[in-house]
Amino acid sequence: MKEPTTEVIQGTLDMLILKTLSLEPMHGYGIAKRVEQISRGVFKVNPGSLLTALQRLERAGWLDAAWRQTENARRAKFYTLTRTGRKELDAVTADWKRRALAIARLLDAEG
Amino acid sequence: MSLWRQIARGWTSLTRPGAADNDVDREIRHYLEEAEVEYRAQGLTPDEARRAARLDMGAPVAVREEVRAQGWESVVRTAAADARFAARQLRRAPGFAVASLTTLALGIGASTAIYSAVKPTLLEPLPYPDAPRIITIWDRLPDGHRLEVTFGTYREVLARCRSCSALAVTRPWQPTLTGADEPQRLIGQLVAADYFRVFGVQPLVGGGFDPADDRPGGRPSVVLGDAVWRRVLNADPRAIGRSLLLDGTNYTVAGVMPPGFSDVLAPDTEIWSLLQYNPALPPNGREWGHHLRMVGRFADQSSFDAVAADLDAIARQPLPSFPRPGWAAVKNGFAVSELQEDVTRSVRPALVAVMIAASILLAIACVNATSLLLARAAQRRGELAVRAALGATRPRLIRQLVTESLLLVVLGGGLALLFVRMGLETLVAIAPPGLPRVDAIAVDAKVFAFTFGVAVVVGLVVGLLPALRASRSALRPGLQAGARQTTGGHRLLRRGLVVAQVALALVLLIGAGLLLRSLNRLFAIPSGFDSAQVLALKVHVSSQRFDAATIHQRFAETLAAVRGVPGVAAAVLTSHLPFGGELDPNRYGIQIESSANDPKARGSDAYRYAVSAGYFRALGIPLRRGRWLDERDAADAPLSVVISESLARRRFPDRDPIGQRIHVGPENRPWYTIVGIVGDVKQASLAVTETDAVYVTTPQWVFADSEVWIVVKMARDTGVSASAIRQAIWSADRNQPIVRTVTLDELVALSAAERRFALVLFQLFGLVALMLAATGAYGVLSEGVTERTREVGLRLALGAPRRAILSMVLREGTWLACTGIALGLVGATVASRALTTLLFDVSRLDAVTYLGVTVLVLGVTFAASAVPAWRAARVDPSTTLRS
Repeated sequence: MKEPTTEVIQGTLDMLILKTLSLEPMHGYGIAKRVEQISRGVFKVNPGSLLTALQRLERAGWLDAAWRQTENARRAKFYTLTRTGRKELDAVTADWKRRALAIARLLDAEG
Repeated sequence: MSLWRQIARGWTSLTRPGAADNDVDREIRHYLEEAEVEYRAQGLTPDEARRAARLDMGAPVAVREEVRAQGWESVVRTAAADARFAARQLRRAPGFAVASLTTLALGIGASTAIYSAVKPTLLEPLPYPDAPRIITIWDRLPDGHRLEVTFGTYREVLARCRSCSALAVTRPWQPTLTGADEPQRLIGQLVAADYFRVFGVQPLVGGGFDPADDRPGGRPSVVLGDAVWRRVLNADPRAIGRSLLLDGTNYTVAGVMPPGFSDVLAPDTEIWSLLQYNPALPPNGREWGHHLRMVGRFADQSSFDAVAADLDAIARQPLPSFPRPGWAAVKNGFAVSELQEDVTRSVRPALVAVMIAASILLAIACVNATSLLLARAAQRRGELAVRAALGATRPRLIRQLVTESLLLVVLGGGLALLFVRMGLETLVAIAPPGLPRVDAIAVDAKVFAFTFGVAVVVGLVVGLLPALRASRSALRPGLQAGARQTTGGHRLLRRGLVVAQVALALVLLIGAGLLLRSLNRLFAIPSGFDSAQVLALKVHVSSQRFDAATIHQRFAETLAAVRGVPGVAAAVLTSHLPFGGELDPNRYGIQIESSANDPKARGSDAYRYAVSAGYFRALGIPLRRGRWLDERDAADAPLSVVISESLARRRFPDRDPIGQRIHVGPENRPWYTIVGIVGDVKQASLAVTETDAVYVTTPQWVFADSEVWIVVKMARDTGVSASAIRQAIWSADRNQPIVRTVTLDELVALSAAERRFALVLFQLFGLVALMLAATGAYGVLSEGVTERTREVGLRLALGAPRRAILSMVLREGTWLACTGIALGLVGATVASRALTTLLFDVSRLDAVTYLGVTVLVLGVTFAASAVPAWRAARVDPSTTLRS
């Protein structure tokens, strides 16, 4: 039997990161864990892709980054959603919902 | 804000790569630690937890590279790395680097220098407002030769030409400035009051000339050039109205020209004054002498054709209100040309030819660079294959190769800038004297951008070609064969380039050959005089200082002083010198007393020389009949004239000229009796056939010439220095200004300056081209031999004689040369058309030149292919087959 794929759907990683950070500021590992938890293990985030995406989103001005102390006393880079980041999240969420709905309709259609 | 972040983060990452890396590393480390904690919480041992975390992450270095690979700065980073790598590659192949750099620098440099020199002369409008509206107007001789106009003609055209908005005449003037410091001679022009209006430029300060002063007895006034205003008047802002003592007369300063103004008709001019000729046009005065250059500007609503038609109509329809003497009847119409065309006339053919030569050289440089880069790419196919196998993507390989060829071109361009500087200085130094606007010649940024751009495009294309090929086929054959064989298409291209090089070199060499033969033919023509060991000094005669008799007396003393210098064989005086220039205003109509009513005899001209006794012997001009002029022909003696052989033959076909009487110039001048006939002398240049001349003694001529030549014949092999002669002249007359010192040999050589200029450049470029073609042929052949070593070894092992191997390679070389030569010959028959005006007595399809150059090129390419052929023949089959 084929192993179920856990790869994040192409092009949705940015959206997932933004959504996760809209709940609270978080460091890289936290984001990865949160995505895994909420998706109940359907998506596993590749660390390389995650860090790359974080740097890109930070440069785009959607996230702010700062080194801070974690609850277990380690220094970590925490990412915060900015105002333009929230706007971007709203836009991509609306777009994604529209498309997901369309795909669901197509798949549910009965011949 | 985000744009700012992009720039700032990228910049930090570029300038402090360590800090950026550190940031990413810390983030990765933290990620691993958190993952480890998580796994341990799930019950794994510390070691197992660490391994599991690592497994999730992959290699931290790879992650870091992945993060760092995005953003604009990584493009910059790779480009810099490429450039560094390219520089290393060049350093590793110094032969290749030096060859391509030199070729590129030479090609870009030489063509930039030449285009820069040609641009202000031929391609840019003259520096005057509406410059294309300025025209020059000449009288014409029956043979079509142009002739200076008379003041009378100017007055008539001025009154009748409706399409001209301004019209003026000008002649040279060299006053001596005295009064302030030591006397100095200024270079000036006497002009009609409207002169500056023709150019459309007004004095910066002052109102300029008052037209009311342009008559005999008018107030003497001058307009100064910017340089003389600064030099003589120390840039005095209140210079207007000040007076200058010139040739003993006080001239009032009426204006100062703007700094950039230059008079292209007489480029060295720094001072202008009014002609002050008599508008009443006395029939025997200077007003009817052919010695003025006429310039005009046509009106806005008119055109060049309209003004030419207008002038033609004026020439053809004389009016009773404007009487014309016979010699100024404008019977052959006017010669009208645009000012720019007029002043560039003598140099244009040479410049155009040289420009073509420079373009060919640039083409050769590009072909050569292409060929070298292709060869280099072929050598590196193995390396490229390895890089591709290790995971370099195709765009990455292309980018690297293009970076390499661009680096070459950029370095070549930088080097070329040095060449341009040197080249321009050399060009200006060897430029023919007729080149106008020499002062405007400078390195032209636009021109450099153009030639450099051509090279960049070539570099891009050439870099791209092997890169595309290499990256396409890199993996397979490159690795397998260890880069031993080359693809067929590639070889064909390189052979094609060699053929092109040979063809272009042949074109240049044929140009050089044609010019060389022309010059040889030209200097084989006897000049009619002996120019060896003759020094000529042009001196200025200040007519205001003395009357005619005193002038003659002074010069007699000066000549005596010069004769006293040891080693001087003879010292004589003449108003003009063959090849000395300014001969045109010195042509006079000749009328013969015994055939005064013969209409054929009218309008025939001869050059007039006013000479001192001994002139013919000093210059080695032979006496054919009668006697030489001598001391007997003094001011009060009967007027005598000696004529040239050609004049005697043409005008006295059926009788003895000795004893006949002629007029020289206006009819109201006295009769001269012919006392002798001398050999013909070339006057303006060796190529011009007119030799008619009349000689009179200085005191017997109607006026004292304003400039004369002191001609000194040295005894053989005595190194008399020019300065000793000058000292002797000044010992007789302390204030005698000496305008020019030159040997007669130099004057003769100078008469072919344009041809020589073109020849020097064609020879230089041709030899460079031949060298490059030979190197190209050598390169492609020896590469072929290297590639075919195994094949050759096999052939030898199978019993092929070494002679066969030798001739195999030679045949290939000869085939390349012959194809190139065939193409080049066709090219030369077309390109030589640009040289036609520079050739003399040699057809542009001259068989000897074509054959000679063909043999030369064939010989050189044969020699270039002999080396690889010899190497091929010496291949040892046992070693090559085993390797």
